[in-house]
Amino acid sequence: MAAISRDEVAHLAHLARLDVTEDELDRFARQLEVILQAVQRVNEVAADDIPPTSHAVPLTNVYRADEPVPSLPRADALAGAPDVEQDRFRVPRILGEEE
Amino acid sequence: MSDLTKRTAAELAASMEAGEVTSEQVTRAFVDRIAAVDDKIHAFLHVDAEGALATARRVDADRAAGKDLAPLAGVPIAIKDIVVTKGLPTTAGSKMLESWIPPYDATIVERIRAAGMPILGKTNCDEFAMGSSTEYSAYGNTFNPWDLERIPGGSGGGSSAAVAARMAPLAIGTDTGGSIRQPGAVTGTVGAKPTYGANSRYGLIAFSSSLDTPGPVTRTMLDAAMLHEVICGHDPRDSTSIPQPVPPVVEAARQGLSGDLSGMRLGIIKEFAEEKGAEPGVVAAFEAGVEALAKLGATIEEVSCPHFTYALPAYYLISPSECSSNLARYDSVRYGLRVGDDGQHSLEEVMSATREAGFGPEVKRRIILGTYALSAGYVDQFYGQAQKVRTLITRDFEAAYSKVDALVSPTTPFVAFKFGSRTADPYQMYLADLFTIPSNLSGGPAISVPSGLSDGLPAGFQVMAPTMRDDVAYRVCAALESTQEPRLSDMIPDVV
Amino acid sequence: MSTATLPSYEDATTRYEVVIGLETHVELGTRTKMFCGCSTVFGAEPNTQVCPVCLGLPGSLPVANGAAIEATIRIGLALNCGIAKWCRFARKNYFYPDMPKNFQTSQYDEPLCEDGYVDVDVDGETVRIPIERVHLEEDTGKSLHVGGTGRIQGSSESLVDYNRAGIPLVEIVTRPIVGAGAMAPEVARAYVTELREIVRSLGVSDVRMEQGSLRCDVNTSLNLPGAEWGTRTETKNVNSLRSVERAARSEIPRQASLLDAGERIVQETRHFHEDTGDTTPGRSKETATDYRYFPEPDLAPMAPDPQWVADLKAALPELPRQRRKRLQAQWGLSDHDMASVLNADAVDLIEATIAAGASSESARKWWMGELSRHANDQDLDLAQVPITPAQVAQLQGLIDAGTLNDKLARQVIEGVLAGEGDPEKVANARGLAVVSDTGALTKAVDDAIAANPDVADKVRGGKVAAAGALVGAVMKATKGQADAKTVRELIVQKLS
Repeated sequence: MAAISRDEVAHLAHLARLDVTEDELDRFARQLEVILQAVQRVNEVAADDIPPTSHAVPLTNVYRADEPVPSLPRADALAGAPDVEQDRFRVPRILGEEE
Repeated sequence: MSDLTKRTAAELAASMEAGEVTSEQVTRAFVDRIAAVDDKIHAFLHVDAEGALATARRVDADRAAGKDLAPLAGVPIAIKDIVVTKGLPTTAGSKMLESWIPPYDATIVERIRAAGMPILGKTNCDEFAMGSSTEYSAYGNTFNPWDLERIPGGSGGGSSAAVAARMAPLAIGTDTGGSIRQPGAVTGTVGAKPTYGANSRYGLIAFSSSLDTPGPVTRTMLDAAMLHEVICGHDPRDSTSIPQPVPPVVEAARQGLSGDLSGMRLGIIKEFAEEKGAEPGVVAAFEAGVEALAKLGATIEEVSCPHFTYALPAYYLISPSECSSNLARYDSVRYGLRVGDDGQHSLEEVMSATREAGFGPEVKRRIILGTYALSAGYVDQFYGQAQKVRTLITRDFEAAYSKVDALVSPTTPFVAFKFGSRTADPYQMYLADLFTIPSNLSGGPAISVPSGLSDGLPAGFQVMAPTMRDDVAYRVCAALESTQEPRLSDMIPDVV
Repeated sequence: MSTATLPSYEDATTRYEVVIGLETHVELGTRTKMFCGCSTVFGAEPNTQVCPVCLGLPGSLPVANGAAIEATIRIGLALNCGIAKWCRFARKNYFYPDMPKNFQTSQYDEPLCEDGYVDVDVDGETVRIPIERVHLEEDTGKSLHVGGTGRIQGSSESLVDYNRAGIPLVEIVTRPIVGAGAMAPEVARAYVTELREIVRSLGVSDVRMEQGSLRCDVNTSLNLPGAEWGTRTETKNVNSLRSVERAARSEIPRQASLLDAGERIVQETRHFHEDTGDTTPGRSKETATDYRYFPEPDLAPMAPDPQWVADLKAALPELPRQRRKRLQAQWGLSDHDMASVLNADAVDLIEATIAAGASSESARKWWMGELSRHANDQDLDLAQVPITPAQVAQLQGLIDAGTLNDKLARQVIEGVLAGEGDPEKVANARGLAVVSDTGALTKAVDDAIAANPDVADKVRGGKVAAAGALVGAVMKATKGQADAKTVRELIVQKLS
């Protein structure tokens, strides 16, 4: 049933922003094939009328009051950044436009 | 003072309370023990001796001043490196966070600090908690104290090995598919996964949000229960945290230790019993455990949970899906690694190069698998279907709990395996979680307690209970522990 | 770029049917962000309103702002939508550096509000705009593009500020609006105007387009009469009401020219340029982005209590359109005059001035006259003119009491706008008051009659209208501080 081609792995890696090597493409395609064979067994279960579970605990309406709490000191917010300029997070030029 | 490291957390707490020993002495003993044996075990990624001793001295001063202290005040603890600690490096076992120092504490770390427990350091784990052997840590293997050629389990191999090798009396683990229980089983220690939502995930670096649960790693059930009561309880910073009181697990553990299980109905899962993958020694240890519990007055019956055989496939769709999204934030912009920013490359290229360099093979595999399971055209067939199976598994549990109070099984199908024996075929590694995963999918509590040896290596006994009935699991596990003389966790070979 | 000739707007809309759709984003004016307690105040220093949650730090978790959910439901109710009985947030997965987690917490197939409408008046006709959905999501951070023109294209690097990241954003999506023909751009503008008024009346956002708290995308497509709908383009960066209309007005002939030339419309985003009124192509949407939506596991589902929703509905304020109709009737204005008042954004100011004691005529006179002129001269919104409705009412009170005349009143306004205080204070400080000393006034009248015997004779001869020249002379002599009506009465009395 489900098969996963090398090209498909390359496409998925691109979607996930992983600059995978040729070697990895081969390996992942092979391994994912095995894993997919195993996991697609979920489709053996007749579950058309079964509601999906997205949350382990059935809580609803968990809200917070609209009351400000102190933010991080800016130095702490920026401390872990690879590159900072003008108190902002510096990144190399962006090619794609905003979604 | 070296025998201090052999004592349980409860014993150490009592000794401190009685004024026989100080927290500084206790903490020093564990710090010295780490210095003596961790080059063989490699359980720790970061040791904070100074910080731990400072906390110990403060607690000693408070005790001397007659202040009210928490039951585990002064007892040191190790924390899995996937839990965020303010001012202490937190890597999640990944190159991606090699030099990250968090500016905040996880809620459970706040609670541990508030309880006056010295933090010894951060323990090794599979990268972002993905793995069953700790071989996927970016910082090298952790070695099983029972046999240094074997894995300590995973993902929390560091925490379990640290406790097994008596480098810490207590540790924190996190359990997404068995990452507390399976390392507990293969290191002869206790690993408890509380009810999902019974404690806070705030500050627990996310792998799979709907499954991740932090919990105690200890040598005894009473210690686990005491730590459970420190870290559990509602947290308004975690929307999935349950606003209910913590069940009285310490009381339940003491009750279980008294050795009476009359009236307790235990269920053996038919589908697990039919599973052919489990090693004979593991099965034998499990059966011996069941027999011991029956002798204490528990009634045993077989129950059917027909969908449990689909738990592993469902898990390996749900958790990679969530992880593919959770791990998207590691993009070289706000924190963590950045690779290839040489002025020639665009952000997109730097991002992809960073993620390629920063993540190890298992993480990449799961990200790709999850991306696939969520993509248009596949989402219903994979992620969606897995969620429906999740519902059916929860219903199986509910049906079972209408007949029995708790379910029992081996924790993991096999004892500690040798390094490298399951890395070539990822699915062979995944099978380690066969018995632990259903509880993660349903959210109910599950504890692994040592139950015997198979070819000289420890095997774990798992007790699963209904949501927010953690006390039931503690009681049964403590009862099993009470039948062992000596306790299996006291038989761990010393590493010298 | 196509070289096809551009048909006239009239020609294009005669031959093609226009379908328009609007996606509007409203930043809510909550005190804190959507999922954390960081402040939302506009214009703070970069990265000072950020925390582990809105920076997407490892381990952090969101908790939904109840006030934002309430505000969204109120918007939905005001737009006649149904409110979901149960719905979830969803993750929209894509990489972009201004999005800290590289997914946006949004809603997918379960919006909070669905299926509504809003009536707008265009050229005296009522047009019903169908609303498809209203959902809640989080805003992104803001990037400063360095190098090049300041736009993203051609820049050498970008600097990201996450203060805006996580501010609650409500997205309001219309269904395709058909049948408006050449009026489509006006309908679009009228809709956004009405939406802005509605949101403002609810007090949930300041809806300032220039600050980005209301942002609009305009979708446009053309088709031949009777044919299927055409391929749409999505025009972004539409940052004023005027631009909403201009964007649609420029896109229609552009698409018509392509269709005329037998070319196809590319499904893409287009960027609107305020300076030229043109759009330029952006990202192609030919290959649909795979956002891999899935329910947000870190947030509990929402299940608004029906009674609460009913209470919110009952407590909605009078909506702008009803209010406008009521006020127009109360103030006795023609459609044209009411439109002027609306265009000047003077409704609230006039209403408040009336509430402070002025008549509707006088309130409207000052705001639409002197004060509107001042606003135009100073390039201010009318509400920003530094005079309050209470001050305007006080000013009118001084006129009604005969203390000031219109000419003096204008001088008093100058003083108020200069920050000299309330009208009374200004009038006193500047010595502005109608001369009420009858002795002085009688003398001035006598002087004027003596100085203009010819005119006096005409008045005596029955040409009362000629008295104007004498009144003018008296006013001049009293430096405008006499009451013209009183002066005229005195003159006529003396000369009759």
